[in-house]
Amino acid sequence: MSVTDIACATCFDVDRIRADFPQLSRNVHVRGGKKPSPGKPLVYLDSAASALKPRPVVDAMARFMSEEYANIHRGVHYFSQTATDAFEGVRDKVARFLNAPSRECIVFTRNATESINLVAASYGRTFLEKGDEVVLSIMEHHANIVPWQLLQMEKGIVIKVVPVDGDGVLDLDAYARLLTDRTKLVAITHCSNVLGTLNPAKEIARIAHARGIPVLFDGSQAVVHSTVDVQDIDADFYVFTAHKLYGPTGLGVLYGKFDLLKKMPPYQGGGDMIQRVSFEGTTFKEPPMRFEPGTPPISEVIGLGAAIDYVEGIGRDAIAAHEHDLLNYATQQLSQIEGLRIVGTAPGKAALISFTLDGIHPHDIGTVVDQMGVAVRVGQHCAEPLMDRFGVGSTARASFAMYNTRAEADALVSSVQAVKEFFG
Amino acid sequence: MMDELRELYQEVILDHGKNPRNLRHPDDANREARGENPMCGDKFTVYLKVNDQKVVEDVAFEGRGCAISTASASMMTEVVKGKTAEEATALFHTFHDLCTKDDHEHCDHGPVDEEAMEKLMVLSGVRQFPVRVKCATLAWHAMNAALTGEAKASSE
Repeated sequence: MSVTDIACATCFDVDRIRADFPQLSRNVHVRGGKKPSPGKPLVYLDSAASALKPRPVVDAMARFMSEEYANIHRGVHYFSQTATDAFEGVRDKVARFLNAPSRECIVFTRNATESINLVAASYGRTFLEKGDEVVLSIMEHHANIVPWQLLQMEKGIVIKVVPVDGDGVLDLDAYARLLTDRTKLVAITHCSNVLGTLNPAKEIARIAHARGIPVLFDGSQAVVHSTVDVQDIDADFYVFTAHKLYGPTGLGVLYGKFDLLKKMPPYQGGGDMIQRVSFEGTTFKEPPMRFEPGTPPISEVIGLGAAIDYVEGIGRDAIAAHEHDLLNYATQQLSQIEGLRIVGTAPGKAALISFTLDGIHPHDIGTVVDQMGVAVRVGQHCAEPLMDRFGVGSTARASFAMYNTRAEADALVSSVQAVKEFFG
Repeated sequence: MMDELRELYQEVILDHGKNPRNLRHPDDANREARGENPMCGDKFTVYLKVNDQKVVEDVAFEGRGCAISTASASMMTEVVKGKTAEEATALFHTFHDLCTKDDHEHCDHGPVDEEAMEKLMVLSGVRQFPVRVKCATLAWHAMNAALTGEAKASSE
């Protein structure tokens, strides 16, 4: 932590941050008519599903679309040039954000799901054969399961799954034992969207690399809650999505080591990814352009740039410290509720709490707390195998972001108490 | 706020949710279908015993779900028992309208047991909670699938 970061951590001003998120001042369930109601102030605890957007992100996108718009990589005219510069500037920014060795390692996609599908389709189809193994973990989001199952159907690869213990900590010994001479790729989440477990990415990569196996990390949650350094981790592929990082939907990022990306054939074909096209044969551009056919989501990329500026302006360490305070506080308060079970208690976990209540279905929890303004996610969280592992059909999940407060944690706790009373 | 919740979770629903009727697997069931709601992970299996005269002699279910889906499954077993397949189908469609459409939009799905519909009225509160409609109709979809000979149903 640098001197400025420490200064920032002590002056973390959540009220000032909240002022940047207009949605936080909205009331929900406002009603007119015969029985008017002013509704309830929104308590947004669903940022792990998608974070709210700060005004600078919205403004940057609006300004680009209304005043600076043009397609990129094509025109010779003024705004085409400025738009291209702005777009490519964000590629530089993302590279710095992940500490990638070069901008050529950063591919823009539609979302984290597409980033993983790109690797499965391009790298997987090219370098994996029948009987080759891909190692996943039990805590994967469906986005990091199904693309490999598609490859399994197509090529006959084998999928192996690393277990977790009762706290939701990845079993590293079991992981090391699962790796064989047939293992061709490890694909594991950096941070679980259900348990909050922050996996030891560097150790995971070290163990795989000792056998020459490349590793993909799903960083969709991790980039939001921690500082990620892809070179320090030594990740071969690292993916995340913009919308959980306070940016827009419709945009994901794939980081890949350049020598790997260079060996990979295109994932989709189209304009902007080719060197030369003829009906006798077509040659492709180098990465990352090879993987970005067609007009990309330009405004969204501009929005992601603004989101990264916003997050870095506040400081990732300061945000993490604030979120951990909320996590500890809420965990302590929730634990006092009888019959409440927290699923995922790994040390150093990210700021989200999945929980169940004895005898009350999470869907019913969600509906009741929503009436009190508290927005949580309920269900399987796109992680059905993990739900089975913990013997629950589903959970309720409260996730914390930079803009949440202890008062909101209190609101969560009292709303959960109300659920118990209601169904008691 | 609590008024809306009481409207949705009426006492009858809370009772059926906590103490579901016909939560069992009859040995002599000759039709069954699974109902799944992939959004929340709820899974039910509905079992029917349909005789040669196409009368539903027995109906039961197994599975887990929220208060709404469990109560609805429980009440479904009570009202469908003893009905002909045709009557059960008419009840399914009429109940579906009750959960999804305003009164004036309800369609005629053939003769239905008015007394049964009276009972099922307590579930009409889901209309104000669109995301919960799937909960209320899940077991009904499964029952209808079992009647028509399909193995699976989804309230998606």
